[in-house]
Amino acid sequence: MKVLMFGWEFPPHISGGLGTACYGLTKSLSKLGIDITFVLPKVVEGYNVDHLRVIGVNQLKVKIAESDVCFDDQVLKLIKVDSLLKPYIDSDSYEETLADVRRKHAQYVSDALGIFSMSEHYGPNLMEEVRRFAIVGKYLGGTEQFDVIHAHDWMTFLAAIEAKRKSGKPFIAHVHATEFDRSGQNVNQDIYDIERFGMHEADRIIAVSNRTKQTIIERYGIEPGKVTVVHNGIFKQTQYTRDQITKNLNEKIVLFLGRITMQKGPEYFIEAARLVLDKVKNVRFVMAGTGDLLPKMIDRIAELRLADRFHFTGFLGGEKKERMYAMSDLFVMPSVSEPFGLTPVEAMLYDVPVIVSKQSGVSEVLDNAIKVDFWDVQKMADAMIKVLTDPELAKKQVKSIASELQKIDWDDSARKIVDLYYHM
Amino acid sequence: MVSVCMYFQVHQPFRLRQDFDFFSIGSSSAFYEADEAEATIIKKVASNCYLPANEILLRLINKYSGRFRVAFSFSGVVLDLFERFAPEVLDSFKKLVATGCVEVLSETYYHSLSYLYSKSEFLEEVEEHKEKIYKLFGVKPTCFRNTELIYHDHLAKDIEQMGYKVILAEGATQLLGWRTPNFVYQPKPCYKLGLLLKNYKLSDDIAFRFSNKSWNDYPLTAEKYASWIHGIAGNGEVINLFMDYETFGEHQKADTGILDFLESLPTYILKRRDFDFATPSEVVDKYQPVSKIKCDKFVSWADSERDLSAWLGNSMQSSASEYVYSLEAEVKASGNKNLIYAWKKLLCSDHFYYMCTKWFNDGDVHKYFNPFTSPYDAYICYSNVVNHLRETLNKSISVNTRNLDKVSETGV
Repeated sequence: MKVLMFGWEFPPHISGGLGTACYGLTKSLSKLGIDITFVLPKVVEGYNVDHLRVIGVNQLKVKIAESDVCFDDQVLKLIKVDSLLKPYIDSDSYEETLADVRRKHAQYVSDALGIFSMSEHYGPNLMEEVRRFAIVGKYLGGTEQFDVIHAHDWMTFLAAIEAKRKSGKPFIAHVHATEFDRSGQNVNQDIYDIERFGMHEADRIIAVSNRTKQTIIERYGIEPGKVTVVHNGIFKQTQYTRDQITKNLNEKIVLFLGRITMQKGPEYFIEAARLVLDKVKNVRFVMAGTGDLLPKMIDRIAELRLADRFHFTGFLGGEKKERMYAMSDLFVMPSVSEPFGLTPVEAMLYDVPVIVSKQSGVSEVLDNAIKVDFWDVQKMADAMIKVLTDPELAKKQVKSIASELQKIDWDDSARKIVDLYYHM
Repeated sequence: MVSVCMYFQVHQPFRLRQDFDFFSIGSSSAFYEADEAEATIIKKVASNCYLPANEILLRLINKYSGRFRVAFSFSGVVLDLFERFAPEVLDSFKKLVATGCVEVLSETYYHSLSYLYSKSEFLEEVEEHKEKIYKLFGVKPTCFRNTELIYHDHLAKDIEQMGYKVILAEGATQLLGWRTPNFVYQPKPCYKLGLLLKNYKLSDDIAFRFSNKSWNDYPLTAEKYASWIHGIAGNGEVINLFMDYETFGEHQKADTGILDFLESLPTYILKRRDFDFATPSEVVDKYQPVSKIKCDKFVSWADSERDLSAWLGNSMQSSASEYVYSLEAEVKASGNKNLIYAWKKLLCSDHFYYMCTKWFNDGDVHKYFNPFTSPYDAYICYSNVVNHLRETLNKSISVNTRNLDKVSETGV
C-alpha cells in the first residue's frame, strides 16, 4: 500500500502539534508496512528520516508544465488570484479575465518555482504558499505512484485535491484542527472556504476527536457517515524521568505549555493562578510558549504584580521542554477549543497530574483527568488548589492516568487508518 | 559676562545575560551578569570616546590655562566597571581632575531611581558615591545631579539640607514656562541652593542633531555653534550644556566630525572676551539666582515628555521596580555584602528603560540604547534575575538561621 501524504510541518521544524502528530502517525504506519511519500513545503539541507521518503517542495528541481499550473474555476476562485476579486464583472469579461489570470498565473508560477521557498510557519504569505503547494500536488499526482492520498489540515487540501484529479486516486482529509478552533467565531472566510471545499471533495475524513467530528458535521455540512474518529497517539519515549531532573526551586510548579493564542485560553490560566495565589503561597506558575497574545499576558501579570510568582519561558523544545514537564507538579490545559490536545498527555509521561478543559478532544480519552470548563476560572482554581495541597490526591491521579496512557497509542491509531486505506 | 557650563554624564550599566531563563532561577551555578559583553562594550566605548575625548579635553585645558573648564558626573557603577575592565580610562579621568579645571558631581552610586522608592537607599547611595569620588579623585563634590536629571522640589529641599551648593535639572517647559534656562535659579523651597537648568535646545543640537543630515543646520560647525552661543549675550548669564559624554565618539562616531567639533569649540567661544567657561559650583558663586522655580511634578531629561515615563510608564516597569525595592529590608538585614551589592546593581534605571513601550517620537533613541529585541524580553529577563536574587537571599537567610540554631544549641 503506497500513500502520498501531504503535510505542512515535520520535526524538528515544528510550530505546534501538527508536526508531532504527523511524525508519530507515520512512524506507526510504516511499521504496519505502509509505504509513505511525505510532501512538505520546505525541507532543510541534510534532513533525514528513515521511516519514509520526504519530498521538500523547496528541493524539487523539475520543470512544471503549464497545464499543471492551471486550475479549474472552482479552485481558482478559492485561491483568490487578485484580479478575480473585482466586483461588477459580466460573464463575458469574466471568461476573459479568467483566461488572462490563467496566463498570468502560469507565468508567475513558473517564475516563482525557480526559487520555490516556503516558510514553515504560518505567515502573511500563507495563501500564496498554499497555492504553490497545490501546483506541486497536481504535478506529483501525475508523477508519483500511490494508492491513496492522505492530507493533513487545510493548507494541504488543495494540493490533495489536485493530486486526486490528476491521478483519480481516493483522497482522505485528516482534520487536526478547524478554523473554529483556531479563531473562535472570527473565522477567516478564505480558510473556511478551503476547509469546506476540501472536506467535500475528500472521499473520507479523519477527525482527531468526537468533538472535531461534531464540528465537521455541524459547521461544514458533512454527513456523519463520511467521518471516522481516530484519536491521536503519543510518542512515549522520553529522555528524562521526573527523578533525573534537578529542580532549583522549592515551590510547587503549575505549568501551561502551548502556543499563547486565543485558542489555548492563556488568560483563563492567569486568572485562575491569581485566585490560587490568594490562598496558596508556596506555588509558582509557568507559561511556556509563544504567540500573539504573549505581550498581553505579560502586561496582565505585571498589572497583577505577580512577577515573583508567575514566569514566562518563551518557546521550549527538546530537552528544555522535557525538563519543564518533569519539574512541574500540575499541568493545566485551559483551551477554549482543542480538537485533540497532546500536551496533557505529554505531561502525564512525567507523572504530572493534569487538569484539562472540557472543550478538548483529549478529555474524551482521559476518563480520570480533572475536567473543567475553560471559562470557569473559579472551578479551575479550586481544582488546582486541591491537587496542590493534597499530595495523596495528586498521587492517586497520577496513578490512575498512568493506566489511561495505555489507551493512547499511535499503533492503535495507525491500525484504524490502515483499515480505512484498504476500504477506499 | 556669560559663562558656558558644560557637564558630561559618564555611565554604563551592568548588563544582564539575556539567556538567563526560568531554569536558571535558584541554580547555584547560574550567573546573570554579562561580564564578557560588558568588557567588550567598555573597551569599545573607551577607544571610541573616553580615551580620545579625554585627550582632547586635557589638551584644551592645558592650552587655555584655566579658561576652559568642564564638569563630569560618573555613576558609581561605571567607575566599578572601569576598575575591572579599563583601568586606563580611570587614570585618564584622574589626570583631567588633577588639572583643577574639572569639577566632579555627586549622584546616586547605582544610577538608580531610589529617590522615588526608598529615601534610605537614596541616602546610602549618595554617601557611597561621595566616598568613591573622594577615594579615586581626592575631591568632595558640592554639586548634585540626580539619576537622569530626575528632579522635584522635595529633592531640592533634601539636597540643600545635605549641604550642597547647587543642583542640576532639565530646563523643561513644565518648570520654566516662558522663562529662559540661561540664568541661575533657586528651587522654591530653598534659601541657599542654586538650580541650574539644562538648555536643551543647544545641548541636543550637539547630542542628538549633530550628525542628522536632514537637519536644517547640518553640518554643524564649531564656528556656527559658537555664534549661537554668542547670540545669548545680553539675555542670559549661563548656558548649561548637559549631555552624555558618550556623545563624543560613541553615539556620534568620530567620522561625523564630533571630536574635531569638541576640539575647536572652545577657541570659537573664547574669541569673545565677554564669554568664559565655568563649572556648576563656580557658576553659583559668580551669579545670583534671578528667581525661584517651583516643581511639584517630577521632571527628567528623557524623551519629549521629560517626565518619568521612560522608566515607569507601563505596568511592567512599575511592577519590576516595586518588586526589586520590596526586597530592600531583607537584603540589607542579611548582612551579606555580595548580595547587597548584587541587589543594588539591579536598581540601575537602565533595566527599566529597556522595558519601555513608548515607540513614538522617542522610539529610535530607546531602540538605540536597548540591548533586548523587545521590552517584553527585557521584563522577562529582569524578573528572572530578581527572582534568582530572592532565591539566593532565601538560602542565605536559612543558612543564617541554621547557624543561629547551632549557636543556641551549643549554648554560646
